[in-house]
This record gives sequence, structure tokens and C-alpha cells, in this order.
Amino acid sequence: MNIIDMTIHEMHAALKGRQISSVEAVTSMLQRIESVEPKVGSFITVTSEQALSAAKSADDDIARGVCGQLTGIPLAIKDIFLTEGTRTTCGSRILENFVPPYSASSWEKLHQSGAVLLGKLNQDEFAMGSSNESSAYGTTRNPWDTSCIPGGSSGGSAAAVAAREATATLGTDTGGSIRQPASHCGCVGLKPTYGRVSRYGVIAYASSLDQVGPLTRDVTDSAIMLEAIAGYDPKDSTSVDTPVPDYRSALTHGVKGLRIGLPKEYFISGLDPDVQKAMESAIDTYRRLGAEFVDISLPHTDYAVATYYLIATAEASSNLARYDGVRFGHRAEADGLLDMYTKSRSDGFGTEVKRRIMLGTYALSSGYYDAYYVKAQKVRTLIMNDFIKAFEDVDVMLTPVAPTPAFKIGEKINDPLQMYLSDIFTIPVNLAGTCAMSLPAGFSASGLPIGLQLIGKPFGEETILKAGYSFEQATEWHNRKATI
Amino acid sequence: MKYQPVIGLEVHVQLLTNTKIFCGCSTKFGAEPNSQTCPVCLGLPGALPVLNKKVVEFAIKAGLSTNCSITPRSIFARKNYFYPDLPKGYQISQFEDPICQWGWLDIKVEGQELKRIGITRIHMEEDAGKLVHGDSEMNDGSGVDLNRACTPLLEVVSEPDLRTSDEAVIYLKQLHQIVTWLGICDGNMEEGSFRCDANVSVMPVGSDKLGTRAEIKNVNSFKFVKQAIEYEIQRQIELIEDGGTVVQETRLFDPNSGKTRSMRSKEEAHDYRYFPDPDLVPLVISDEWIERTRQELPELPEQRQQRFMAELGLPLYDAEVLTASRALADYFEAGVAAHDNAKAVANWVMGEITRALNDSGAAIEICPVSPTQLGGLLKLIDSGTISGKIAKTVFDEMWKSGKAAHIIVEEQGLVQVSDSSAIESIIDGIMAANTGQVEEYRGGKEKVFGFFVGQVMKVSKGKANPSVVNELLLNKLKG
Repeated sequence: MNIIDMTIHEMHAALKGRQISSVEAVTSMLQRIESVEPKVGSFITVTSEQALSAAKSADDDIARGVCGQLTGIPLAIKDIFLTEGTRTTCGSRILENFVPPYSASSWEKLHQSGAVLLGKLNQDEFAMGSSNESSAYGTTRNPWDTSCIPGGSSGGSAAAVAAREATATLGTDTGGSIRQPASHCGCVGLKPTYGRVSRYGVIAYASSLDQVGPLTRDVTDSAIMLEAIAGYDPKDSTSVDTPVPDYRSALTHGVKGLRIGLPKEYFISGLDPDVQKAMESAIDTYRRLGAEFVDISLPHTDYAVATYYLIATAEASSNLARYDGVRFGHRAEADGLLDMYTKSRSDGFGTEVKRRIMLGTYALSSGYYDAYYVKAQKVRTLIMNDFIKAFEDVDVMLTPVAPTPAFKIGEKINDPLQMYLSDIFTIPVNLAGTCAMSLPAGFSASGLPIGLQLIGKPFGEETILKAGYSFEQATEWHNRKATI
Repeated sequence: MKYQPVIGLEVHVQLLTNTKIFCGCSTKFGAEPNSQTCPVCLGLPGALPVLNKKVVEFAIKAGLSTNCSITPRSIFARKNYFYPDLPKGYQISQFEDPICQWGWLDIKVEGQELKRIGITRIHMEEDAGKLVHGDSEMNDGSGVDLNRACTPLLEVVSEPDLRTSDEAVIYLKQLHQIVTWLGICDGNMEEGSFRCDANVSVMPVGSDKLGTRAEIKNVNSFKFVKQAIEYEIQRQIELIEDGGTVVQETRLFDPNSGKTRSMRSKEEAHDYRYFPDPDLVPLVISDEWIERTRQELPELPEQRQQRFMAELGLPLYDAEVLTASRALADYFEAGVAAHDNAKAVANWVMGEITRALNDSGAAIEICPVSPTQLGGLLKLIDSGTISGKIAKTVFDEMWKSGKAAHIIVEEQGLVQVSDSSAIESIIDGIMAANTGQVEEYRGGKEKVFGFFVGQVMKVSKGKANPSVVNELLLNKLKG
């Protein structure tokens, strides 16, 4: 089997059985990156040297009999995670030369587990976007069709998995930023429950919504990655101190009798026919496997996108205030303090980021705060309550991830509202703070992947992983490879 | 027209925690710039705040000691504005639902009844860093020192219940006394550990409509608070009398000129865009936590004064002086424990001890004469072993050498002579050598009596018991 095609668990077996070494695995990946990067553009920074030396030390560990699930496995992470000593840009010009003095807790955990870092992945600037087109480092292309976007904001993380430039990757999801690109690139993307994974060292976009999660080739890998990064972090007050289950052992429990909810607001008339078809076929598969379907309603779904764009932008306007050119990042030549602030931020931030800073600043301004921010928080509570109520009756929900397969590069870039609507099925999950995953469920007529979303109860990752695994076992979608 | 000034104070109290409010960095004053920093207080991307529990405890203590209600679920908020000393571009503070609300302090204005000053709220927040200007090392540019960034503060906001600059100073002093007494603040105004902004307005006497207020910043001593408020009241009255109107603005007090000047107008005021900080969960304080903290509260100055008066029989003046600080009151009580004569201990603490501390610039906490040693000295006086006059000499020696009083008395042979036959023979000798003065006295010039007392004390090297001397002298001279 080709090294670049391996899943984490396959590669782990090969490493442990000494069929391959970590140096071989990493070398294969680096060669693959070199050959496909000109077409895909998944990476902002490739850390070849450090990767090879980390692989060597992983091989030493393996020789000593130390071989954890992630020992020697070549991973890549979104450039939103701080990596000590390695440039971290968050897809923005303003952090072009930012080399952090510390690492994100989630990466630190993977690192401690023996994983090897291949490099930092492209993304929408500050995770603001659904297409990777807002990156200051060029648009990542969809490995299935390079004229299409890979999705966003973790576009590089999804494309790297699909193009087999990394065995698995880490992304972040604020309104769908893991699930939507996973759907568009045909990989498995998991957004854990808010608080399940530490946000420490992850550059903040919208603090009450941001969550870290893996993008992988299959559900088993997703479970392995989640188990490695999950858990309470005393450095993140919003991380939750609840035990991390053995996610992998629950995978094979089957879905017989599982109650799956179909929220009627997610099966709208405007849904792309190919997406519609894929959902119907997925429902059939689950029925065959013994799951029960329940029609449910999440009545406030219509307000989710508007609510999200008030809360997320309000938080972002404050989170991004620290990029002022004083202590780190881009500082413009300027005449006086105000001029320095203005020029540094004008040069350093891209259009979409500026748009969201302005939106958020406006929503928080005196005289507008109650009408926008406070109201949005109230609607958020209603949306949460929708989920709580619906989950009284079902174990998981099944929905599409996105209304359409990947669209063309440039197609929506000048129409922010259309762009925002591509996250219509993923955003409510972040507002509710619960968990969800995207998994391959079919292809469009033109050969683009289509993802299925499974939404779980808060801290119900085991259930959606189990449901995803059963589906994966019953279908072949995840085995198809992008030909690039 | 007569005008009624209306004053409210906002006091920033820097808390005496070892570490900062949202990270583990040291709060020590005066370290090398930026040496006490980490990703959190530098505001680096990805860093997150974690609340210091000690800060909450201190805030609860301050709240309970100022009659506040403790908010069961309080919220941290972000106050957004740009300034180079503010690393995140926002200050983590509290806005809606601060930790303490609806308190008061009863202030004592001389010659008046107690006056109740409302405390609107006390909230927790982080301090900003400090800008350093024009250092030659920085090529005359400006530098940012973030050692102070993220150090914990309480902001204590009063109701506009104060009416004079004197009331404002009394309120401020009482608040200062409470926070230092609780041990939550060092009270050092020069280093900025206790700083004050004053809101001042005036309205015609009898009006119930408050005038437009000015906020005066940078009044960092009791003296400046008085000066600034008085200047501002006068300025506003003159402005109105001249047909002008007071505008809402922030003014800066200049200690050199004693004047306030405009810093920024209402139009230039920041819109801080407060909103709940999503990085911090709501702070839930249980009744049990409040009760536990209440149990841990020291006896407060007011209560202690009452007890000194009721149980130890001290006059109000003494009770007030002795409760100026908790350390002083502790010293006094330890002295009373060593020697059961509260008034004598009080006199010595307020007299000799205070004088000696002032002369040497030492604090009561490191007083070279311990309360037990003071008690030992007072025992010698009360038992008649030494005179009050000799005691002062002994005290000076104790201060210098750290020896116990009875050892000094022994070593230097300072035991008081009360034996009348010994004193009588001294008196006889003196009368024989000064017949002229004896005649003068007997001729009615009673002032000469003092001369004889002086002579006896001189010959006895101060050891003769003064009351015995007086009695014997009187008898002998009258013949």
C-alpha cells in the first residue's frame, strides 16, 4: 500500500510492524507535497527539516518499543494554531512574520503523542470565509477539481487530506469551517462540543464559537485524533472538565435502534439535487442498518446565519484589536500613533476581515448594542433550546453539510451574502455549542464530493462517531481518491 | 446665588496578590521592564485569561467590609479601546453584574453626626501597562512596560453623596484604612496602589437637579483630592456666574499649579463597546463561600474602636488614633496583654512609641521595642520601681539596645528610691547648703519649691520617688 494513501491506523500498524519507518513516511509526504502543492496550495509553511528530525526521533522511540497511535505519523495543522518557533500567520498579512514563543495546547498534545508536523496549512484570513479565497497567501484549490474552492476556512486542512499531502490534519470550526471543507473535499471532519478541546494557543476569531477538530481520511482516524486532543486545559477557562472516553472502542457498536432526527428546516427546496439525492441514499443506508428516523423541527433555523454574523463579528472586532503594530506583527511606517494604528491595520488586514471588524464594531456600539448584540444572544438561546428540545426525542440528527457541492473559485467572492449562506446548515451547531461531523456521502454529477452531517448531543461525540463508522462500513464513498 | 457641590469618587485599589489577575506572573513592583510577562499579559494571539481566585476573595472581603451585597453570578466584560499600554486592545473588567453592589460607608465629619455615603459598586479588573517616554536608550522614543499589565484592581465607585472636599477626603481615608486593614492593598498612593478619580458638579442650593459633571483624573494624594475638588467647584461656579455652562468632560489635575485642565470632551469620549468576555465563564459565588470569607474577616477599625472604648475604657480620641492601622491596633492590644493598664499602654503607644517611630522613620510592624517589652517597662513604672522620668531614659536605651526594661534598670542602677530616710538626709543636706533659698521660701516665695525638687532629683540622679520628695520637702521647708 502506498504510504501517502494510508490512514493513521494503517500507518500505525505499518510503523509498529516495522514495514515502514517514520522517516520513510515523512519523506513520502514531503515528496507528495512538493509535487502537488503547485496545483493545490494547501500549505503556507512546510517545515521539512523539523519534520525529518522529528521523524528520526519517532523512529528512535519506535525502536525502543514506544509506539503510540500517533508516534511518527505525519500531520499538518491549520496556520491558526500557534507553533513555538514556527511562523504562524493565520492566513493574514498582519502576522506575516509572527513567530510565536509558545504552542497551542492542542498541537502540544499531538506533539507529545509523537506526531510529526509537516507544516502549517492555508486558510481563510483569521478563519473568516467559506472558500479559502480570503487567505493572504493565495487560494487553496479543491483537489477534486482545481477550478473549485476547497471550502473554508480550514480549506488547506481539507485539501491536504484529500490530496494526500498529510495523513490527517487539524482545523478549527466557528461556523462550519471544518465540516464544510471536509464535505467539499471528501474527508471526515469533526467539530467537537464547545469546551471539549482547549482553545489555548488557537488564534481567536469568535471565542464563544471557535472549536478545534480533526480532518481525516476515515472515522477511525477521527476518533484517534479527538482522543489525543480532547480534555480539560487549565489554561482555557471555557474548556470543560469531563472525562475523555475511549472513542475508538465505541465505534463498532452499530446503529440498530438509533433514533435519527431529520430537521425539516434543513431539507429545503433550494437544496442542490445531487445533495438531495445523496441525503436520500444515506437515509436508506441507515434504515437498512436498523436506525429509526424521526421528523423533527428546529424552528429558529432561519435566524441562525444573521445571529451568527452579529455574535461572531462582535467578538472578532474585539479579538482582532490586539493586531495594532505595537508589540508583534506588521507595523506600517507612520507619522504618530493613530497613523501607525490605522496604516498597520489597513495594510495588514484583508477585505473580508475588515468587513467583519466593522460589522462587529457596529453591533457593539452604544445605541445599537441592545438591538443587535443583545438580541442576537437571545436568539442564540432560542436556537440552543431548539436543539435541547429536539434531542429529547432523538440521538443524532442527519442533515446536509452544505446546500451545494464546492463552487467555482471567484463565484461568490464578490457576494458576501451568498458566501455566508453556504454555512447555513453548519452555523446552528456552533451557536448551540454541540458536536457534529461531516462524512463522505456521495458525489455530484460532475464528480465533486458531497458530505453528510451528523449532529450529536453536547459531549455526544461517541454517538456520532459510532453512527459515522457504521455508515462508512456500509458505503464506499470514503475510499474514492481525488486524482491529482 | 449659593451653590451646592456634588461629588462622587471612583477609587482604584491595586490588590496585594502575588500573581496577576489572569495569569501566573508576579505583581512585584519595580522589576526590570517586561520581565514579569507571559503570553497572557502580553496579549499574544491565542492566549486566554484564567481568573485568580485570590482576587475574588479580596473583592468579597472589600464588599463585605463596605456593606455591599455580593453578586451570586457576576460577569466579566471587555472594555474596548486602543492604547499602546493596553496589549489586547481591550481591558477585562466588569460592567453589568459586578461582584459587589449597593454598599455604604458611614463617614465621620468632625462635629457632625455620621453621614452615610453610598457605594454603587465594586468591580474587579486588570490594570494596563505603563508607557515610558524619552529614555535615551530608546533614542528619545517611547517604550511600553507591561509588568503592570494584568495586575488586579478593584474599582470602588461611590454614589454622588459627598458634598464637600473634606467629606471626600474623609471618605477616601476611611476606604484607604479599610483596604489596608484587610491586607488586600498596600495603600501606597505614590506607587499608584490606591488612586482616585473625582466626579464633581455644582447645582443651586435647594435644587434637586444635578449639574453637569466633570471627571477629574490623576488626584493621587489626599491633599490633591482636596485641592482638585475645591478648584473644580470654584471653577464651575465662576463659569456659571459668568453666564457659561459646564460641559461634561474629563479633566486632568495638575499638582504643580493646583488647577484642572480639560483632557477630552464628551464628544471625544470613547465608546467602550462593553460586552461579556466570552473567554471567561460567569463567576458563581456560593453563599457558603461568602460566609466562609465573612468568618475570615478581621475585626474592622470601626468595631475595634468601639471595643477599645467599651472594654478597655479608652476615650474616643485614643481609640481612633490607635486604630489608624491594623498593625498599630495589634501592637496596642499586645501591649495591653503584657501589662493590664490600657490607658498607660495607650499613652505610651501614642506618645513615646509614635515619636520614636517618626524620628527613625520606622513602621510599627518593625518597632524595635516589642509590645511585651513595653509592657515590662510600664510594669516597672506602675509598681513604683522607676519613675516616669527615668522610664523615658530606659525606653531610649531599650530602643537602641533591644534589652528588656528590668535589665537596663538593674545594669544602670536606676531603681527608684522611695525610702523616706534616705531622701530625708538628701533634703537635709540641700537645705543646709542653701539657707538663703530656705529663707526665701519661708518668706512666702513659694516658687523656690521647684528649685529644691530639682536639687533633690539631681543629687539622687533622678531616682528619688517624686511624690515622696514632694511630701517630705513640703514638711521640712514649712519647718
